[in-house]
Amino acid sequence: MRKVACIGAGMTLFRRRLQETPKEMCWEAARMALDQAGLEIGDVDAVVFGSAPDAFDGIHMKGENVLDACGGIGRPYVRVFTGGGTGVFSPIAAYWHVASGLFDCVLVVNEEKMSSCQPHPQSVFGHIWDPILDRPLKPNLVWIFAMEMNRYMTVHNVRYEDVAAVAVKNKRNAVGHPCAQLADPHITVEDVMNSEVMAWPVHRLDISPPSDGASALVVCSEEFARTHRIESPVWFAGVGWNIDTTFWTDRDLYFPEYLANAAKIAYKQARITDPRRQIDFAEPYDPFDYKELHHMEGLGLCKKGEAPRLTREGVTQRDGDLPTCPSGGLLGVGNPIAATMGIKVGELYLQLSGQAGQRQIPHEVRTGVTNAWGDLMQFSSVVVMRA
Amino acid sequence: MTAKEVRWPGKELTAKEFYNKVTVTRYRPEAKFAWSAGEAMSRFLAELQRGRLIARSCSSCKRVLFPPRMFCEECFRPTDAWVYVRDTGTIETYSISYIDLDAKRIETPVYVGVVSVDGASPKMGIMHYFGEVAPETIRIGLRVKAEWKPAHEREGSVLDIRYWRPLRRGE
Ligand SMILES: [Zn+2]
Repeated sequence: MRKVACIGAGMTLFRRRLQETPKEMCWEAARMALDQAGLEIGDVDAVVFGSAPDAFDGIHMKGENVLDACGGIGRPYVRVFTGGGTGVFSPIAAYWHVASGLFDCVLVVNEEKMSSCQPHPQSVFGHIWDPILDRPLKPNLVWIFAMEMNRYMTVHNVRYEDVAAVAVKNKRNAVGHPCAQLADPHITVEDVMNSEVMAWPVHRLDISPPSDGASALVVCSEEFARTHRIESPVWFAGVGWNIDTTFWTDRDLYFPEYLANAAKIAYKQARITDPRRQIDFAEPYDPFDYKELHHMEGLGLCKKGEAPRLTREGVTQRDGDLPTCPSGGLLGVGNPIAATMGIKVGELYLQLSGQAGQRQIPHEVRTGVTNAWGDLMQFSSVVVMRA
Repeated sequence: MTAKEVRWPGKELTAKEFYNKVTVTRYRPEAKFAWSAGEAMSRFLAELQRGRLIARSCSSCKRVLFPPRMFCEECFRPTDAWVYVRDTGTIETYSISYIDLDAKRIETPVYVGVVSVDGASPKMGIMHYFGEVAPETIRIGLRVKAEWKPAHEREGSVLDIRYWRPLRRGE
């Protein structure tokens, strides 16, 4: 397989409501990524588009709706979908487009517009449940996270304040992100713990917000990067993905086995045998604060049940030994589902090329890992990148 | 994103602007569905109406699969037989929910969670409500039993079980 680089990134503001249509948001992000790479649409061989359920936008087959804004017309164009895992999965699709030798330069555009769904996008989440087993119980999606969080906390005897500390860290980290929706330099663990209980143990501030937003990346071959004199390409070192059963009541929710499986594939390719030592920083998927901890363990960045202690000891702070979510994450920057690519793979690219500005990790970082999580809460996509 | 970039695209709208000022086009989809329950679930629902829980067994991996299914996803072969499981089990996890389907706040919280069912393979169970519990008494590991609706009120639905409640002495 050929070496593959990320050479440009763009994103819109993440906000509760944006005036721009999905199309307009896609175009803004795509144009910005091309500008950053110093390219024009004519340099692009193929386009990958990523977005989560159509029902949020209310436009079925929305890949077609945004086609022109993504530069897809007259090119090989494909939409990929792995639910909430799409944010890290569409860059993986772009990776294999280039690694295979089929294309030299691929534009990836991800978009989500959740404000269109009335009165609240939560109503649409109701449609993902099994119609016979689950829907008669009138479930809210937060239930499943609450059940997973409770199981995780009970099995490892985790204190809630150590979970809340993740929300505090990420919302504070987001202060350095110009697109952030919920940055808060003054938030405390007490604020999170005293916020409204939605579905115990999940409190309001444990949850990332629904957002509108788009992001884009430019991905290319080694030769393309050289001939176009790209200054600081960042390399895909390993990719992986994996999925568990949709009978979610048949598996133990305390550990994300599917993520450990996905990471194993990515680490093998990246020749990583000791993730804690060989990886310098991480962007674990954090739609909920406990998920960052869950994902650190699934990624093998620490032992099972150890992530809360690392958080408590400051190891995961931006200036710590293993910074996690230096971007501010979904909790701080926002959660336009697939568009979180901009703060996951996008943040790896910016940190590893030294372009993260105010958010730059103060010590040298050479290897980063990120994951996203989705489908029926049993899928993960993993990307390892190197400077 | 970088020092080179000066403009971050996107124009934020307040709720007031969104609903009153900006031009918004509205649409309400009218999509209705009727699902065939399928081979495994049709029997499962019929048994619920009779006040029983049923699973399928796989003679290859020896698992008792609950909820039932007509093929074993691990062995990738048809399952072999119908097996009744008990209406008792263990709370694997739970939540106390203060929000409804649409994230609207509710006054009386709902106890909901996963019960692994006795007689099925380990950890196999269903999501359901819990009753006759309080925040102080519900816990992971609690032994519970299905509280069925009276026979004439059952209609072949998971709601034929009202909720799962703590086991009583002698049960
Ligand atoms: Zn089997």
